[in-house]
Amino acid sequence: MADAGALLEVEDLQVHFPLRGSFGARLVGKDVGAVQAVDGISFSVARGEVLGIVGESGSGKTTLGRALLRLVDPTGGSIRLEGEDVLGLREREVRAMRRKVQMVFQDPHASLNPAMTIETAVGHPLRIHGVTRDRADIRNRVSAVLERVGLSPPDQYLGKYPSDLSGGQKQRAVLARAVILSPSLLVADEPVSMLDMSVRAKILELMLGLKNDLDLTYVYITHDLATAKFFCDRVAIMYLGRIVEIGATEEIFANPRHPYTQSLLRAIPDPDPSRSIPRDLPRGEVPDAAEPPLGCRFHPRCPKAFAPCGWEARDLHDMLEQRWAVGGQELFEAERLQLGDLAGLDQPGSRATVPSATGTGDDVATLLDRIREDDSRERIWHGIESITPRPGGAVIEFHPGHDPVLRPVGGAEVACHLYDPELAEVPEQAPPA
Amino acid sequence: MSANGPVLDVRDLRVWYGSTRGAVRAVDGVSIQIRAGEVLGLVGESGCGKSTLGRGVMGLLPDGSAVDGQVLFQDTDLLKVSDRQLRRMRGPDIALIFQEPMTRLNPLMRIEDHFSETITAHEPKLSKAEVRRRSLEALGGMGIPPTRFRNYPHEFSGGMRQRIMIALALVLRPKLVIADEPTTALDVLVEAQILSILADLKRNFDTALLLITHNLGIVAEACDRVAVMYAGRIAEEGDARTVFSQPAHPYTRELLRSVISLNTTGLHYIPGAPPSLIDPPAACKFHPRCPDAMRVCAQLAPVEQRLSAGQRVECWLHGPGDRIPEGGREPLEQERIAVAEEA
Ligand SMILES: Nc1ncnc2c1ncn2[C@@H]1O[C@H](COP(=O)(O)OP(=O)(O)OP(=O)(O)O)[C@@H](O)[C@H]1O
Ligand SMILES: Nc1ncnc2c1ncn2[C@@H]1O[C@H](COP(=O)(O)OP(=O)(O)O)[C@@H](O)[C@H]1O
Ligand code: SF4
Ligand code: SF4
Ligand SMILES: [Mg+2]
Ligand SMILES: [Mg+2]
Repeated sequence: MADAGALLEVEDLQVHFPLRGSFGARLVGKDVGAVQAVDGISFSVARGEVLGIVGESGSGKTTLGRALLRLVDPTGGSIRLEGEDVLGLREREVRAMRRKVQMVFQDPHASLNPAMTIETAVGHPLRIHGVTRDRADIRNRVSAVLERVGLSPPDQYLGKYPSDLSGGQKQRAVLARAVILSPSLLVADEPVSMLDMSVRAKILELMLGLKNDLDLTYVYITHDLATAKFFCDRVAIMYLGRIVEIGATEEIFANPRHPYTQSLLRAIPDPDPSRSIPRDLPRGEVPDAAEPPLGCRFHPRCPKAFAPCGWEARDLHDMLEQRWAVGGQELFEAERLQLGDLAGLDQPGSRATVPSATGTGDDVATLLDRIREDDSRERIWHGIESITPRPGGAVIEFHPGHDPVLRPVGGAEVACHLYDPELAEVPEQAPPA
Repeated sequence: MSANGPVLDVRDLRVWYGSTRGAVRAVDGVSIQIRAGEVLGLVGESGCGKSTLGRGVMGLLPDGSAVDGQVLFQDTDLLKVSDRQLRRMRGPDIALIFQEPMTRLNPLMRIEDHFSETITAHEPKLSKAEVRRRSLEALGGMGIPPTRFRNYPHEFSGGMRQRIMIALALVLRPKLVIADEPTTALDVLVEAQILSILADLKRNFDTALLLITHNLGIVAEACDRVAVMYAGRIAEEGDARTVFSQPAHPYTRELLRSVISLNTTGLHYIPGAPPSLIDPPAACKFHPRCPDAMRVCAQLAPVEQRLSAGQRVECWLHGPGDRIPEGGREPLEQERIAVAEEA
């Protein structure tokens, strides 16, 4: 990925946050696991480009952005800015690097110190980076940048406090502070999603203007596909710490290939009244990043998941719970009574025992067969290789799962087994008899 | 109440908040109706009075506010009933869904207890088994499995908590639900799930729903009718498809144009911001921002008109012509609005 035009090159970046286990567990040095917020991400951004990072809440977008500025320490991988190894920098050098990379956060209200005037806040970077301490010089520079972001005439804003400004005006002040040192890269984390619909367009227009005037490069983080489509040259779709699809914006929006990208696009409510509510939304929510699903992390929600996608015991438990949630109390009680403690299904693993309450595995196997007959379209049956009655319960063997990697498909890169000629050619596993 | 009369009939509602600088006229003469099984969307920029209207209907206004007009719920004026009676009606008759679910669920109470408390408060004679059956049914409808019934609120994700809140608001099958930005904090996928749940609700139980949102996409998908609110008044109201395809009020049109959707090719916005509701502009309150403003707009308040397409609208562009003084149709000289005058 040594791209001559690349301003930023990220390779196999990983940010894991250790889980805080109990005191006892830490004392004996027990591994309590980690939140895999960013888990092996690679991309590059060319000078002058806008790269969008799009994904649902908890997909790791903010963590990725913070890692680019070393506001959080990655646990692996590399980041190169203008060819320089960002992760190898020492404390003093990090400070110099932050002159070149600035970040704008989602909540403009929390980004400005309520006790600082706009002049002090926007001029702050000049002081901490030792650019100038001359009051008149600072005032001149702050006035110029306020004018540039539309807080004009600047005299009216210099002495104001954040609480005197509206949300949009605060975000303008935050942008002024971010560009006052003429950075080369701006990481904008949901810069407009807390703002009123009618203010979003104004701030995006300002950001486009700043980019042209100041030769900026943007990493634009958002969960809003519509602004990403308008604003970005390329987009990366993130799910649970990984990029699942990346490519030119037109390509991704015209030919979304990853089932997750397709779902996101279908879910957007459109003010055009000719569209109606989509019916085949992925179920459930983004799973816990501390214990991500095996194989493809999207498989529990994927409407196209098939045998090699990583089926496991937890999926079986979820399927049962979902069935009982919609099936009513009688069904729940009747079926639940036949089964033993299901807590054992909550461990990741591709082999599991569903315990029987009566002691015979045949009952469990019969029950599972009936459930499959009730809804054979349920994706999980593609991933179950066998159900074997044993004393005490039924043993379920799942199809071995594979981790999809990004591979070129058409004009984009996609991480999905549907596009892997070796796996996709495997005829869909018939549900076991 | 006639068989197909409205469940909610709000007539000339006014709500004031006291402030050191004077009275904030947050709702300034609003009339709306919602029938059984109908979803009315309420849209507008922030500060236009949407939440105040929702709370005013529920009788949940803070101290220091004053209210006038009529809020007829099945012919009972909610502004006239006692606080006690109103509390009794919240749940079985009317329910409010707030934006932030965590603030409304008690962190020390299991989900099960939230439900049994709500149900037994209104139907103390129900058996435990029946309370449980109803709770599980409400949760199941929101996709929350019965096995999670004994968990505490913090053990659920944001999207699940919001669905639990909705299940709780609906467990008594209220006839009227007011949802104030129920999906603003959520992702598109969870949002879409919740919208389809609300759609099922009106289909299956004939619930009347007031859906407050600033997401016009949601209105187009989920609402039968839409009311556009500006500076405390309803600027335009009518069939959602009609209003969105042929907006009659310039504010509706400009609001729709400023939405960034997948079809956006250029940015558009309304200059300026909604006015202070302490001393709003005279006559048509939108006139300083309106691209179509005429002289009459700064002189006389527009009169409500019903158009042939069905919507009602308050804007001089739609007459009545005989009330417009001579020269009143000349373009209005407007002051320039600075770029950063915004919400
Ligand atoms: N300091 C931290 N310690 C532990 N876990 C963390 C920390 N910061 C983030 N996480 C976890 O990492 C995952 C990714 O979080 P992140 O904030 O990057 O997501 P995001 O995509 O920005 O979400 P959102 O759209 O809600 O802002 C989440 O599971 C989150 O709970
Ligand atoms: N408790 C309150 N006290 C004083 N003013 C308030 C209060 N709540 C809201 N307002 C004011 O009333 C107006 C309408 O607010 P609100 O109903 O919250 O609008 P919306 O929901 O459309 O954003 C705003 O000017 C707001 O500042
Ligand atoms: S690999 Fe592709 S088909 Fe399989 S679960 Fe993931 S997204 Fe779906
Ligand atoms: S009345 Fe006049 S100012 Fe008001 S919306 Fe209509 S045209 Fe614009
Ligand atoms: Mg974030
Ligand atoms: Mg509100």
